[in-house]
Amino acid sequence: MGSGEAWLFWILAPLMTVAALGLLVVRKAVHAALSMAVVMVALGGVYVVLGAPFLGVVQVFVYTGAVMMLFLFVLMLIGVDASDSLVETIRGQRLAAVLAGLGFAVLLVAVASRVALGEPAGLAGANAEYGGNITGLAALIFSRFFWAFELTGALLVTAALGAMVLAHRERLGPRPTQRSISEARLREGKRITPLPNPGVYARHNSVDTPALLPDGTPSELSVSRVLTARGQARSNSDLVDDVPEIVREIDPGHRGTGGRD
Amino acid sequence: MGSEYWLYLSMILFTVGSLVVLLRRNAIIVFMGVELMLNAANLAFVALARQNGSLDGQVVALFVMLVAAAEVVIGLAIIMAIYRTRRSASVDDANLLKY
Repeated sequence: MGSGEAWLFWILAPLMTVAALGLLVVRKAVHAALSMAVVMVALGGVYVVLGAPFLGVVQVFVYTGAVMMLFLFVLMLIGVDASDSLVETIRGQRLAAVLAGLGFAVLLVAVASRVALGEPAGLAGANAEYGGNITGLAALIFSRFFWAFELTGALLVTAALGAMVLAHRERLGPRPTQRSISEARLREGKRITPLPNPGVYARHNSVDTPALLPDGTPSELSVSRVLTARGQARSNSDLVDDVPEIVREIDPGHRGTGGRD
Repeated sequence: MGSEYWLYLSMILFTVGSLVVLLRRNAIIVFMGVELMLNAANLAFVALARQNGSLDGQVVALFVMLVAAAEVVIGLAIIMAIYRTRRSASVDDANLLKY
């Protein structure tokens, strides 16, 4: 192992460990997915250093590119705010899990520390047989591991079909038409017209700005509920706060407090 | 410094992955823990392939990646199907077979 590899190890190993622990402690699933992506990208680099350039590229393509994107898609589909419940359903499960995990780690390390591996043999010989790492892998896949390769192909086709079957939703009722939707809306008697637009003013016309009703109060319906819930909607007083500034721009010598316009 | 270091890293990652599976309640994060364990096993395969001077370990790691990809597709589809019927991605809420 050269010193470059040692450098890489001591940089990447703590990074990967911290990111993996992040998977254990972060609250939001999106953050967990991001730390998982960090681990996977770092693993791709590790593979390249360990003499597996093809696997390193495949790791980045398949895991970081495809698998993590799939995770993020599902996260978006079922809601980003689907965070963990912290209730312990089985009493003592958490403590038992931590103890079991630590015991497992101690067992692994104890076994590994008794093995003397010696200097790595290196892949130069194995690569030279077919003239390179990728051609060597291809020769192995299409000769000795050919049957396993065919089986994984069948497995992937089955997985694709299974995902389609699982994601398919049987339509139980008739598809709602525009007519049936509008009739249902009338029957409920809630709101028949579309929601009002956000406010358009000389200085503000973004979606977080509420429209003003005839009596001067802001219309809650004109701003997305999500923005209001996050506290990102502009309040009415924000608009009024602009007035002194506007007055100052029009007349720099003016010293009044300004009023509503 | 030899292959042992990478093996130790692989063990740490595997242990953390198993802890994630045991401790987290969100089905998607549990699934990421499974992926972490598979990746840790792959790291051990690749490190030992170099240790033994043979490409077999790399081929096996490639197959593990393929199987993991298939597993992710099916697993996420199952999670989505459960979410659609039970409106929850928590592993505690899928308890119809309890008792």
